Amino acid sequence: MASRRRVKTWFGIMVMWAVRVFFAVVLGFPFYWMLITTFKRNSDLYDLKNNPFILNELPTLDHLRWLFHETLFLRWVGNTLFAGTIVVVITLLLAVPAAYALARLTGAWGAQLGIGIFLTYLVPSTLLFIPLSKVISALGLQDSLWSVIVVYPTFTIPFSTWLLMGFFKSIPKDIEDAAMVDGLTRWGAFVKLMIPMSTSGILTVVIFAFTLVTQEFVYALTFISSANQQTVGVGVPTFLVRGDVFYWGSLMAACLITSLPIGVLYNIFLDKFIEGFTVGAVK
Amino acid sequence: MAVVETRKLTKVFKRGHLGAVNNVDLESREGEFLVLLGPSGSGKTTLLRMIAGLEEPTSGDILIGGKVVNDLTPRERRIAMVFQSYALYPHLSVYNNIVFPLKAQGVDKEGQRKQAEWATSLLGIQHLFERKPRELSGGERQRVALARAIVREPSVFLLDEPLSNLDAKLRASAREELEQFQKRLGTTTIYVTHDQVEAMAMGDRVVVMSQGVVRQIGTPTEVYDEPADTFVATFLGSPPMNIIPAEGVIAGFRPEHFLPPGVAERMGAHVSYDFHITHSEYLGAERILYGAIQGGPFDQHRVISRIPATHDADLADGSVHTFAVADRDLKFFDPQTEKRTTVRRLPS
Amino acid sequence: MIRRQRWLGPVMFMPAILYIAALVGLPFVMAFFYSVGDVKVGSVGYHFVGLRNFISVLHNPTFQIAVRNSFIFTITSQILVLVGSTTLALALKEAFPGRRFLRFIILLPWVAPVSIGSIGWKWILDSLYSVISWVLVRMHLVKAFDTPVWLGEPKLAMMSVILVHTWHMLPFATVILLAGLTAIPKDIPEAASVDGAGFFRTLFQITIPMMLPIINVAVLFGMIFTFTDMTVIYILTRGGPYDTTQVIPSLAFFTGILGSDLAEGAAISIFLVPLLVVVAYMVLRSAHRAEVT
Repeated sequence: MASRRRVKTWFGIMVMWAVRVFFAVVLGFPFYWMLITTFKRNSDLYDLKNNPFILNELPTLDHLRWLFHETLFLRWVGNTLFAGTIVVVITLLLAVPAAYALARLTGAWGAQLGIGIFLTYLVPSTLLFIPLSKVISALGLQDSLWSVIVVYPTFTIPFSTWLLMGFFKSIPKDIEDAAMVDGLTRWGAFVKLMIPMSTSGILTVVIFAFTLVTQEFVYALTFISSANQQTVGVGVPTFLVRGDVFYWGSLMAACLITSLPIGVLYNIFLDKFIEGFTVGAVK
Repeated sequence: MAVVETRKLTKVFKRGHLGAVNNVDLESREGEFLVLLGPSGSGKTTLLRMIAGLEEPTSGDILIGGKVVNDLTPRERRIAMVFQSYALYPHLSVYNNIVFPLKAQGVDKEGQRKQAEWATSLLGIQHLFERKPRELSGGERQRVALARAIVREPSVFLLDEPLSNLDAKLRASAREELEQFQKRLGTTTIYVTHDQVEAMAMGDRVVVMSQGVVRQIGTPTEVYDEPADTFVATFLGSPPMNIIPAEGVIAGFRPEHFLPPGVAERMGAHVSYDFHITHSEYLGAERILYGAIQGGPFDQHRVISRIPATHDADLADGSVHTFAVADRDLKFFDPQTEKRTTVRRLPS
Repeated sequence: MIRRQRWLGPVMFMPAILYIAALVGLPFVMAFFYSVGDVKVGSVGYHFVGLRNFISVLHNPTFQIAVRNSFIFTITSQILVLVGSTTLALALKEAFPGRRFLRFIILLPWVAPVSIGSIGWKWILDSLYSVISWVLVRMHLVKAFDTPVWLGEPKLAMMSVILVHTWHMLPFATVILLAGLTAIPKDIPEAASVDGAGFFRTLFQITIPMMLPIINVAVLFGMIFTFTDMTVIYILTRGGPYDTTQVIPSLAFFTGILGSDLAEGAAISIFLVPLLVVVAYMVLRSAHRAEVT
């Protein structure tokens, strides 16, 4: 009995590790590929006789040098940071009070309204881009970075409001009651207590809004045609290609440099982010 | 003048439903420790929250210091409240929790420190200043919450079951401490609890509530010895009063007044019943006897007797003995309204 | 006091609502308006043309392919995602050395911008220098001069975009399922094993049924994000070769934005709405159920 059980356990552990390794390799491979391509000399890269998995010649920084000096890559990174910052500010200014109001001040229909707002997050860009492009040109923002700055909060506000509603709801009502008995107004309790107490939720929203600006593709592709107004998510795959010529080394370098920081950021707040999707279904 | 007064105070949460609080008239006196006692759902917390200004009354008035405060916000009522959960601000240190009400009032730094030191020295918690609430024990949290309540010397304290989060042992000592503390400060206090021991031990007067209605207001002795109705009679006391409906009246007597042979002889005018003991519990200081009356108007009614363990009569399970209740310990209630009646007719 | 602050709630949430109304609600209505008109880029007038755009779209063979592809694309990738993510979530449930690092690696395909990930795959699936082809040649499965053109043959291209999209969506479903798995109280599977259930019985009769609500969530969001996405296809194939990998969103983009026929593009996009409505209804239902329990 005992030995059969142990065999089964060993077998189980082996299967578990096989699954883990398989998925890690399949899911992580493109990033390894970006990494090795970044440092390969062209003569190595485009020689079919070479083993493509390793560096067959000495590594080179040429691709990185070209990326930073000869392309608009840094400009796109700058655009993305700039747009990200403003989108974060707009999102916080609108979503934080809205979430608090819907969680606390509006009773039962606040929850309904909250779900309604969340549903707008699901309305896809591929349904709205045509009319929105008219709205954008009516606002005089066509072919400008500002077009996406104005539009991205339509993703970030619904999701952030929903996420923060959960945060505010998890704070005991007693705390605000105590604050009001202690001499604060409702608004005072919100500013002096609720906001400081939900910093981790607010931080989650900040990172979410910021990364969304990097990840979004369809709106930036639709509204912006000039290379120097682009964000990194569209700039790299569309403007680093000259006609039909792909500078794979530099392209992969750009991909890697963009992906890794977002990956690290996301990992920090992942659990909070997932809560936004799983509210209600988990428990 | 009453410090806190309510007039026909009513709160209905859902239109068409029974009110959580119905037509409550209450007056608390200067310096008094007033306890609101009732089972859960009796409306006692809602009543307290209306006094604090955290719930809006459906109708009726609340007066603090003789002025109607219905339209004042909690901050304008200048009251202090200790919550069941203590509601300490988790991100602030103990010191900042305590001076929070002073900051909100715009008291200067020097004044804040002086008041905080005064409040904490009364409670013996100065050494906790730098801690965060999560690093405190239950008893410490309770003291910090109290310190936060007294720090600006309010005219009224409202306490919502402040001891219910403590474990049983700590609760007894905290109860005594809190009572002494209130006597020393002399601040009018309204205290909500569902624990009759707390109510009896601490209250100058006890307000017994059920289903949003005040059943009786009186000193602990009054509500225990002279219950206004069968609810009060059975809610107070453990085990509860024996309640026996008989022809045209409800008779009631407390288990500790239903006494065995040998004691009964000494108590003057009394009535006797044959008590068939079915089983008993030995609780150290006392014994609880369960059984039924045999014969007479109360035939087959289950009753409970509670006698001191020092009483060494042989009262074995299954035996029948003559037990007695003194006339003065028999209470009568109207069978329709279940309220006390002056009828002193014992069915025979 | 509640009476005196009734205005505070609306004041706090109205700005957010107005923003959403202006930039989601209004364009949403405009999309319908355009789809029954004759708007083109540069044109000024608007004439109501009834269902003409829809009729022309429905008769367009490319649209018919796009609809079929949309369903193949969504259903196939979601099945792969579901099976893969359930397996992976179960393998990641217990603590093990390197779990955090593994989670980071596994998450990358989803958090890296999808356009960037897709361009990485475009290099992996290159017609000449594909590393996959290189391996296949080394294994003598294909001949060196006859390597597959991954993105240039209709069947292979469709397969490629589906697999790349699966690669992108798998981490999202995995972390959602993982959240659901860790929420299952430990004592329930333990009780099952005490009751004599083996690994597979516990898995299929206890664990997976208990995960169903969360699997439901993962599938709902996965469907929406897949059915309405065009990024992977835009980067890898631009809908080609010969429109064989075109889906509804990408066709709307090529027609409405690049082709400047706003009306017909809008009409194509409208075909995304039925699925949206179904998913929205199901999200509402599960949210409602969560509130009741």
